[in-house]
Amino acid sequence: MLNVSIYRYNPEVDSEPYMQDFQFDTEGKDIMVLDVLEKLKIEDPTLVFRRSCREGVCGSDGMNISGKNGLACVTPLSEAVKKNKLVIRPLPGLPVIRDLVIDMSQFYAQYEKIQPYMINNSPAPAIERLQSQEERAKLDGLYECILCACCSTACPSFWWNPDKFIGPSGLLQAYRFLADSRDTATEARLANLDDPFSVFRCHGIMNCVQVCPKGLNPTKAIGHIRDMLIRTAT
Amino acid sequence: MANIRTMTFDAVIVGGGGSGMRAALQLAQSGYKTAVITKVFPTRSHTVSAQGGITCAIASDDPNDQWQWHMYDTIKGSDYIGDQEAIEYMCQTGPEAIFELEHMGLPFSRTEEGRIYQRPFGGQSKDFGNGGQAARTCAAADRTGHALLHTLYQGNLKNETTFLNEWFAVDIVKNADNAVVGVVALNIETGETVYVKSKATVFATGGAGRIYASTTNAHICTGDGIGMALRAGFPVQDIEMWQFHPTGIHGAGTLVTEGCRGEGGYLVNKDGERFMERYAPNAKDLAGRDVVARSMVLEILEGRGCGPDGDHVYLKLDHLGEETLNAKLPGILELSRTFAHADPVKEPIPVVPTCHYMMGGIPTNVNGQALTIDGEGNDEVIEGFYACGEAACVSVHGANRLGGNSLLDLVVFGRASGMFIEQQLREGVELKDASEADIEAAMAGLNHLNDSNGGENAAVLRAELQTIMQNYFGVFRRGDFMQEGIAKLAALRPRIKNVALSDKSNAFNTSRIEALELQNLFEVAEATAITAEARTESRGAHARDDFKERDDENWLCHSVFFPSDKRVGKRGVNFNLKTREAFEPKIRTY
Repeated sequence: MLNVSIYRYNPEVDSEPYMQDFQFDTEGKDIMVLDVLEKLKIEDPTLVFRRSCREGVCGSDGMNISGKNGLACVTPLSEAVKKNKLVIRPLPGLPVIRDLVIDMSQFYAQYEKIQPYMINNSPAPAIERLQSQEERAKLDGLYECILCACCSTACPSFWWNPDKFIGPSGLLQAYRFLADSRDTATEARLANLDDPFSVFRCHGIMNCVQVCPKGLNPTKAIGHIRDMLIRTAT
Repeated sequence: MANIRTMTFDAVIVGGGGSGMRAALQLAQSGYKTAVITKVFPTRSHTVSAQGGITCAIASDDPNDQWQWHMYDTIKGSDYIGDQEAIEYMCQTGPEAIFELEHMGLPFSRTEEGRIYQRPFGGQSKDFGNGGQAARTCAAADRTGHALLHTLYQGNLKNETTFLNEWFAVDIVKNADNAVVGVVALNIETGETVYVKSKATVFATGGAGRIYASTTNAHICTGDGIGMALRAGFPVQDIEMWQFHPTGIHGAGTLVTEGCRGEGGYLVNKDGERFMERYAPNAKDLAGRDVVARSMVLEILEGRGCGPDGDHVYLKLDHLGEETLNAKLPGILELSRTFAHADPVKEPIPVVPTCHYMMGGIPTNVNGQALTIDGEGNDEVIEGFYACGEAACVSVHGANRLGGNSLLDLVVFGRASGMFIEQQLREGVELKDASEADIEAAMAGLNHLNDSNGGENAAVLRAELQTIMQNYFGVFRRGDFMQEGIAKLAALRPRIKNVALSDKSNAFNTSRIEALELQNLFEVAEATAITAEARTESRGAHARDDFKERDDENWLCHSVFFPSDKRVGKRGVNFNLKTREAFEPKIRTY
């Protein structure tokens, strides 16, 4: 039997959070962490977590799995169980609503701050705007972000300043628009980021890169933004 | 007394997927007070899982491509019960809707000329079936749904749409005239119940693939809009038509895009034979999805399936080379490695037909207005009520949807609904206010659930429902089996009505949501079962062992399921093309 230890907190019942232990029979199969949670919920319907696509593209079930942030639906037990124990906690650093469900408003607010949409005020052509394959290739590794918050909630700079530091996810998206040949607001976007906190609280420790379930590299994107900011300043 | 708060909007959209956000965008741009009620944060909606692309004649791959060819393919693909006027509208308006998405920033893959990349998909042809395979599906690698959904969310942020994220619509509020005047909705985080009042209520609630045990659909695809419409007494159309996607990963159910076959992959049986050559000599692996799915099941039934239990076939991609796979199908590599433990660069992916898409839904016209049928058999608009996307049956897919047409459907008709509502609001819409009793009526189901003591576990009941649907209403169907299935569902109904809700707390109570979802799933399943049994022919995705032929004399029509007396009626197919003569039904071969 696998020992599963899960963070529990129901604001209507519990004065403080606690860890609850469950025994789980894996039947020898290397299933996903989400499958474990789904089965435990049948026995204990009060157990609460988010989930949707169950294939790693919607970003609902980001959580802290045996010490590492990841998506429950694409994390197999073989990667997560240590010494026959699986420990599941909510993503760290943001307020907990209940059990494994966190309040992501601060995370989304930082995303919105970077103006995550195409800005191009020139009249649109009758067909698509042309973009070369090379230009389009610059968006690879950026647009795939699923907003799961695994990266930002693994980042100490985001923990300390979630209201001022954009965080790795938001900055990855900031660069996604800076890098897009079709976007014309580069100057305004950089001006919007040019303060001591938004970008420069990144200390390059690369926790974000380690945990990203899509294999993206926010640190690299942040480096590019720094370069652009420095170039604009001189 | 209905002692709940009222929130008032000009338009409210239920569902934050592709069609809902496209409709919302249109309305937000118009300045009308618009809200999107969505049970998950918008980018978690199931549109995000669409992979291969969005089919549309933008004439990038072939400068001579014509939307009329796409129209022909879609009508043929529908096995002739798609409404031709709606298909004409979709294929003709499509390019405009695609270019808008591109201008909004959707990161499409590109051709050498810098135009949008298009790949071949199943059922596509040039020159009305005479010019060979077309490549008409616009793609952002194999993550087109993700790219589209995020772009639409971003567009809505830019236009300051109001989002009620993680709110669950419970039931429809109708006024004394039987018009729809909003919904009762539940704030999942706080548990508060609110009457969301609106002059236009748009259901963009997506599909219900979770009625089956094996599905490509997300956990959230529980047919909430269909359940609400049926409980409100409104009919649904062609609900027996369920698409089984040929390539779900065996065991896991996760989707492997048809784009794999578009890029040159193919299916093989245990002997390594490319068996689709036998079933569809011309289109082979790119025949209609219904044709490919049935061929696979026949291979398995006849003992040529793969694996120790012979219960799947293989999708072969390794011959395409690692570079192509990395560039064109990176998401598939990731999914296959994770869920099939197979690296497509070196080995084939084990696949099996898996429930994928609901062709039926709430009947609408091309403006998204929901319809019912009056005593004389005429269409009647339900005031205040709209539907678009998978929840709607407009009907552009008929008995079988072509790959890449769902994303086009949702942007074209999300947009059309938004534009029509904008015009209605401008002209001034007056609907009678709901009375206390009207609101109370919409609260009844939720109140019953909240008062539950005893009853059975929702997850256990759900599994039972899914097994019945899987066993009795799958790829191949037979009358006596289906009657058995219908009896089993009838026995399940009271148990699901009395589902247990042991957790009565308010904060983020997902047990309550899952119980409500289960009740919606049940409504969809029952309507599917009764209608499937009634349609005594084989057409598109509906294949019967006891009625193997298409029966145009009796069934070249939509089925309409009326919930009040569980009756199946018929509704004529629209053959009124604006730009040319209608396409007459022909024998459908690939």
